[in-house]
Amino acid sequence: MLEIIKHPWHWSFAGLIIGLTIPTLLILGNKKLGVSSSLRHICAMCLSSNISFFKYEWKKEIWNLFFVLGLLLGGFIATKFLSNPNTIIVAESTKASLTNLGITDFKNLMPIQIFSVENILTIRGFFFFILGGFLVGFGTRYAGGCTSGHTIMGLSNLQLPSLIATCFFMIGGFFSANILLPIILRLF
Amino acid sequence: MKNFKYLLVGIVFGIVLVKAEIISWFRIQEMFRLQSFYMFGVIGTAILIGIISVWLIKHFNIKTFENELITFENKVFNKGQIFGSLIFGIGWAITGACPGPLFAQIGSGFFVIIITFLSALAGTWVYGYFKEQLPH
Repeated sequence: MLEIIKHPWHWSFAGLIIGLTIPTLLILGNKKLGVSSSLRHICAMCLSSNISFFKYEWKKEIWNLFFVLGLLLGGFIATKFLSNPNTIIVAESTKASLTNLGITDFKNLMPIQIFSVENILTIRGFFFFILGGFLVGFGTRYAGGCTSGHTIMGLSNLQLPSLIATCFFMIGGFFSANILLPIILRLF
Repeated sequence: MKNFKYLLVGIVFGIVLVKAEIISWFRIQEMFRLQSFYMFGVIGTAILIGIISVWLIKHFNIKTFENELITFENKVFNKGQIFGSLIFGIGWAITGACPGPLFAQIGSGFFVIIITFLSALAGTWVYGYFKEQLPH
């Protein structure tokens, strides 16, 4: 049993569990799946600075912070106790194009040639950690949600704005992965 | 503690993010390069299950465990969703993480992602600061 759990999961099984979080949260307490809101709640909690966008009763949304703390713990448990003994299988075509861009280490879930502590103070680190993170936080709030709130929860409730948001997530991602990222990796 | 149950749901979600390798930067590159079906399969299945679940809850008027009504609000479209989504998409492909995986990556021991997370917090804060001046 543990052997089966340790191997990477089939996409349909992963999708099933993620999909089932929607009714689980609804039935547990009428909660809507959404991860990026947690960032807003943390801002409201720690640094609201009289900004009206952060003036609301974040204490009512505290369940969301428990949920994201769970994500963190889940990440720990899965990596510590259930992790795949083999290396990740990356599509050959992706491997080839990344190798061309100087990413040659495919041993971990994250390429250590980018996501390592040594890169924190480099220009590469600036793009991947500082700028990338900023765009994720700024963009999700501007969009009113992320992959969980719009693509999964919003589309489950057949919301047109979520469909539009999802299409533009993908357009931004296609542009970034195919045009922007090769430039950043070649230059820095 | 009535919020404890959400911690448990989060743990399960976090385990899936790691076990399905959704937290992997490589999976996100495959997806945006259209070189693997995997992520589309995960997201597509999740949406399908979600649509069926929400439909069932509405159709049978299912209540919460505390017998509360389950409510759904309609999202209202504004232009900000287009700009914001493009910006997020660009960041998603660079970091290889949408907000959920950010948390799971840190839990998995990729501690540099704490910087990405703090930057994401800063991005959210800056959006809140300039919200009124931005086109919506």
